[in-house]
Amino acid sequence: MEETITIKKMSDHLAAGTAPEILFWVGCAGSYDARAQKVAIAISKILTELNIEFAILGDEESCTGDPARRAGNEFLFQMQALQNIEVLNGYSIKKILTICPHCFNTLKNEYPALGGNYDVIHHSQYLQELIDAGKLKVEGGEFKGKKLTYHDSCYLGRVNNVYEAPRKVLEALDAELVELKRCRTKGLCCGAGGAQMYKEDEPGDKRINAERVDEILETGAKVVAANCPFCLTMLGDGIKAEEKQDDVMVYDISELIVQSNNW
Amino acid sequence: MSIQQIAFLILLGAVSFLAFKRYSRLRRNILLGKETNLEANSGQRWKNVLLVAFGQKKMFKNWIPAILHFFIYAAFVITQIELIEIIIDGIFGTHRFFAPSLGGLYNFIISFIEVLSALALFATIIFLWRRNLLKIPRFKKPEMKGWPTKDANLILIGELLLLTGICCMNGADMVLQDMNANHYYQTGDFAITGWLGPALFGGMSESGLIAVERFGWWLHITVVFAFLIYLTYSKHLHVILAFPNVFFARIKSRGEMTNMPEIMNEVKSMMGLIPEEEVSTDMTEELPAFGAKDIFELDWRTIMNAYTCTECGRCTNECPANITGKQLSPRKILMDIRDRVEEVSDNIDTGKVEMVDGKYDDGKSLFDYISKEELYACTACNACVEACPVMIDPLAPILEMRRYDILSESAGPKDWLPMFNSIEQVGAVWQMPDARDKWTEQLNKKES
Repeated sequence: MEETITIKKMSDHLAAGTAPEILFWVGCAGSYDARAQKVAIAISKILTELNIEFAILGDEESCTGDPARRAGNEFLFQMQALQNIEVLNGYSIKKILTICPHCFNTLKNEYPALGGNYDVIHHSQYLQELIDAGKLKVEGGEFKGKKLTYHDSCYLGRVNNVYEAPRKVLEALDAELVELKRCRTKGLCCGAGGAQMYKEDEPGDKRINAERVDEILETGAKVVAANCPFCLTMLGDGIKAEEKQDDVMVYDISELIVQSNNW
Repeated sequence: MSIQQIAFLILLGAVSFLAFKRYSRLRRNILLGKETNLEANSGQRWKNVLLVAFGQKKMFKNWIPAILHFFIYAAFVITQIELIEIIIDGIFGTHRFFAPSLGGLYNFIISFIEVLSALALFATIIFLWRRNLLKIPRFKKPEMKGWPTKDANLILIGELLLLTGICCMNGADMVLQDMNANHYYQTGDFAITGWLGPALFGGMSESGLIAVERFGWWLHITVVFAFLIYLTYSKHLHVILAFPNVFFARIKSRGEMTNMPEIMNEVKSMMGLIPEEEVSTDMTEELPAFGAKDIFELDWRTIMNAYTCTECGRCTNECPANITGKQLSPRKILMDIRDRVEEVSDNIDTGKVEMVDGKYDDGKSLFDYISKEELYACTACNACVEACPVMIDPLAPILEMRRYDILSESAGPKDWLPMFNSIEQVGAVWQMPDARDKWTEQLNKKES
C-alpha cells in the first residue's frame, strides 16, 4: 500500500466540526488481541479503499460489558454500558460498525434498555451491503474454486438470525463453500461464549473447540471462514492442537476479501 | 337412572374434584415465581401459538420423530370431539348422542378418529421401540435414569390401553349394529372397525358383544380421566402447557439478557446520571438479593417452562458443553427446577415448612439441585433455546443463578477475577499496557 492511512478518532472529528459516516467499534479483541488486530486492519483497509469516512473512539472506547454480563456480573456490565452510552451519546453516534458478534449483540440489543439507541451493523452485513451495492468488488480470485467452509458464530447466527450475509460475502469470492455438518441454527459453538474464553473448562471428555475442529477437518476444506475474533482464536487453537496449522487456515471473512484484492 | 350412569356420575365428580385440586396446585406453583413485565405483542404471541404450538413448526427440524409425534398429537386433538360425546352419553345414559343429528358427518368424524388412532398406534409402538431398544443418546443421559424413563413408558402404555378401548368400543358396536341390536344406532361402517370389528368379534353373542362394547367404553374414559390426573405428576403436562408456554415465551431478541433496573439505577446514581433528588436515600432498605437462589426469584415463566418440559432432550443433544462430556444438561436444569418446586409445594401443603412473613425457608435452595459446575459450563450459545420445540428457555435460569452466585455471594470461577478486574480498571478484557488504538500503527507498516 502506497499512501499512509491515518485513522481518525471521534475526538478529531469533534475538533474539526465534522462527523464520519460510521463509527468503527474495534472492541477489546480488535484492539489488543494479535489475531483480531489483523481483522481490525482488514476492515480499516476496506473502508479506506472504498473511501468511506469512518472513525474510532480510541481510548474513549471501553469493553461493552458482554462477558461481565454473561458471567453474571451485572454491576460491571452496567458500569461499562452506561459509560459507553455516555460517550456514544455525547458524540451523537448514529451508526456503529463492529467486528465482533458479541459487541454487536450487546450494542444492538442490550444498550437500548439503558438509553443507548444506535443503528448497529456487524461487518458481515456491512460487507454484504457494500457488495450488493456494487461498491465492493472482489478481484484476483485467490480463492476461486477452492474448498472453503464457514463457521457460524452463535451471536450473529442463532442469537441475531444473521445466516445469509456472511455466506453472500463468501459467494463473492467464487470459492466452493462446503457447509459444516452442524451449521446455521444448529451451528456448534466454538466454546468461547458466555465468558468461557476467560476460564478453564469444567471437567469433560473433550474441549468444545476440538469437537468443532474435528468437524471442520472432516470437510477437507483448507480455509475456514469466521466472523468473530473469539471463534478465530478457538478454532485456531483447536487446529494447532491437531497440528494442522500449516494445512488449514482460519480467516475472518474481511481478511479473505483483502487477500483476494491484494490490498 | 341406570347403575352405569350413577357410576359414571360418581367417577366424573371424583375426577373433577381431583383435577381441580391438582391443577389449582399447579397454577399456584407456577405463580411461586417472580412477576415479570410481559412485552406486549399479542400478534406475535398468537402467531407463535399457531405455528409452534398447533403447527409444531420446531418439531419438523427432525422429520421422523416429528411425523410420528404428529400422528399422536392429531389423534389426541381430534379425539377430544369424541370425548365430549362420551361424557354426554355417560351422564344421560344415551348412546352415540351426536350420531342422529350429524348423520353422514358423524360417520366421517369417527372414521377420521379411527384412522388417526391407527397411525397413533403405529407411532406409539415405534416410540416404545425407540425409547427402549434403540440406543438414542438423548434418552440415555444420567438424568433420565429411574422415574423419568418409567414415566415415558407408562404414558406410551396408557396410549396403547386407550387405543385398545377405542377398538373394542367401536368394533363391538359395528357387529351389534349389523345384528340390529336395540339401543345401537345405525351409523354405517367406520373406516377401520367397520372391517376389524367383525373380524375380531364376529360370531359372539349379543350379550358378549355388549360386554366388550361397554368394556371398551369404560376403558377409554377411565384411561382419559386417569391421564388427566396423571399428567400433573408426569412429564406429559406439555400436552396442555405447551400452548400457554409458547404464548408467553419471550418475544424480544434472544440477545438481550433481562435488565436489572435496580442495579442500573444504582450505577446511574454512582455516576451522577440521576438528578440528586431522585436518588433513593432510604438507608434502612435491606440490601436486595440479586439473581436467583431459589425458585421464588425465577421468572414465573421459567417455572412454567419446567412444568412444560417433556424431557425430550433436544436441548441437551445440541448443548456444546454436554456434547463434550461436561456435567451441564439443559434438560436437567429444567427437571431440577420442577423437582425443587414440587418439594417446596409439598412442604407448604403439608405444613412441614411454615411461611414466615410470606417467606419460605427450608434451608435449601436450587443450588442443592444444580451444581455450580453445571452453571459455569454454559457458553450462552443459545443452542438449547433454539432446539426446544415448545419455546422453553433453559438459558434464562442458568444466567439468573450465575447472577446470584456472582453478585450476592461474590463467588464464581476464580479465573474470571482477572477479567473482571481488568474491565474495571482499564476497560478491556485483558490488562494491556498499550493504548487502545496502538493497533492502528500496524496499518502503515510495510508487510515483511
